[in-house]
Amino acid sequence: MLLREIAHARAGDKGNIVTISLVAYKQEDYSLLEERVTASRVGEHFAEFVDRPVVRYALPELGALNFVLSRPDAQSVTHSLALDAHGKCLGSALLTMQI
Amino acid sequence: MRRIRIGSGAGYSGDRIDPAIELAQKGSISYLVFECLAERTIALAQRARLMNPSTGYDPLLEERMEAVLALCAHNKTRIISNMGAANPLAAVAKTRDIAQRLGLTGLRIAAITGDDVLSIVRSGSFALKESGRSSESLAGRMLSANAYLGAEPIVEALRSGADVILTGRVADPSLFLAPQIHEFEWSVEDWNQLGQGSVIGHLLECAGQLTGGYFADPGYKEVPNLAHLGFPIAEIEEDGSAIVTKVEGSGGLLTKATCTEQLLYEIEDPRTYLTPDVTADFSEVSFTEIGRDRVRVCGGRGKRRPDKLKVSIGYHDGYVGEGQISYAGPGARERAELARDILVERMKSHSFQELRFDLIGVNSIHGDKLSQSDRQPSEVRLRAVARFDSQRAAAMIPREVEALYTNGPAAGGGVAGSIKETFGIASTFIPREMIVPRIHIEEV
Repeated sequence: MLLREIAHARAGDKGNIVTISLVAYKQEDYSLLEERVTASRVGEHFAEFVDRPVVRYALPELGALNFVLSRPDAQSVTHSLALDAHGKCLGSALLTMQI
Repeated sequence: MRRIRIGSGAGYSGDRIDPAIELAQKGSISYLVFECLAERTIALAQRARLMNPSTGYDPLLEERMEAVLALCAHNKTRIISNMGAANPLAAVAKTRDIAQRLGLTGLRIAAITGDDVLSIVRSGSFALKESGRSSESLAGRMLSANAYLGAEPIVEALRSGADVILTGRVADPSLFLAPQIHEFEWSVEDWNQLGQGSVIGHLLECAGQLTGGYFADPGYKEVPNLAHLGFPIAEIEEDGSAIVTKVEGSGGLLTKATCTEQLLYEIEDPRTYLTPDVTADFSEVSFTEIGRDRVRVCGGRGKRRPDKLKVSIGYHDGYVGEGQISYAGPGARERAELARDILVERMKSHSFQELRFDLIGVNSIHGDKLSQSDRQPSEVRLRAVARFDSQRAAAMIPREVEALYTNGPAAGGGVAGSIKETFGIASTFIPREMIVPRIHIEEV
């Protein structure tokens, strides 16, 4: 199953950090997110983008996980030459994960 | 119990103005807050000010004030904004002129300054958060340095009866926290109260991103009438508990889902969200849908504020040249890749800091691995982009991309190019005591 079927996501940025929230559509699916969408799996998923381990924060009350991705300094929002320098489109990339 | 309503009139410098007019007309709000400063915006404003000392404030200040000032004066709605950018005093002068032109009287317009710490940073050595190097490594390229002020100087301006308050760099949630502290006479050391107030500020600071903007995903997340997206209002009670809502009949939606996405937007550790006012804790926040487009927000908490204030340093970061060309039909990708290889060869005789190519429509956004597909794209747009030391050198990229028309693969079309001066942002932290906010009030 694609993650997109049970959760939605939003990406934000601060300097070389991209944060991605992942929110279960239904509270009962939260435990599945917590079990399957680990920090290390998200790190593998975004291996092309990150240069340090991904950090995950859990917010069970909100049915949400928050991921912090660190990019190399050259890829910070004000310096990157990428088309999507912010990394705003990475939220939708997380939802392509198979769980 | 006392209650105030605060509206969010902008989530960034270029934001739409119609939703702010709608709030001023129909929002029944006591405060209209415009958050207009992204990390880099103030560096751009500083550059404008260096060219013309009467500028350096938000480029849309005049348009926004012309649209809402008379309405707000009539409805006794006070305006708070960081549209002062690199020059709050000039923003006040411009707003005073507009008020006079509109025939408004009895308005007190305040500037808050003191965030500009360029001279302090230039004459000292501060460790940069990103690189760990000293701020002296940016000497000669440094354009602006602004500390993030908190809510306190805004509260003071409100106590002095200011109707319009224009600031430079102030932490985004502080713009919204200030009227809560002022109205409810909260202590600036009541950390839990300030934490909850900052949750409300954080939810509102991106305007339409709370009410269904940056959310719609057809088939999964539907947002009604997104074209006429309404901006949010917070209805806040004395104890800080709040309901977020929007003008009835406006587009968009407010649900637990939109609130959860925005609560976590640009947040790292939800237990430790640093602002100049408080170390806010978002981990116990809860959202309850109590009606259509009405969500109750509780549970924000906080701990003692940080001792140091964050400073954003803007610096010259060279010139970026960019060019794009499209290829379509059978072999589109192969021709785009051939064009890329030709550019690599042709750029070898030029000096640049960094060169990058993207195949738009293939892998330019999500990278190679996440973009894998068996399908041949029916069209591909090649993007070449590079950073140079000089504007003259940067012109080589658009020139070489254009030259692919007659000197490149078959059937390339739709060339576009640009050259831009660019500014980087680095951050550091400086002791709070080094910063002295000042308030300047003018009356019309």
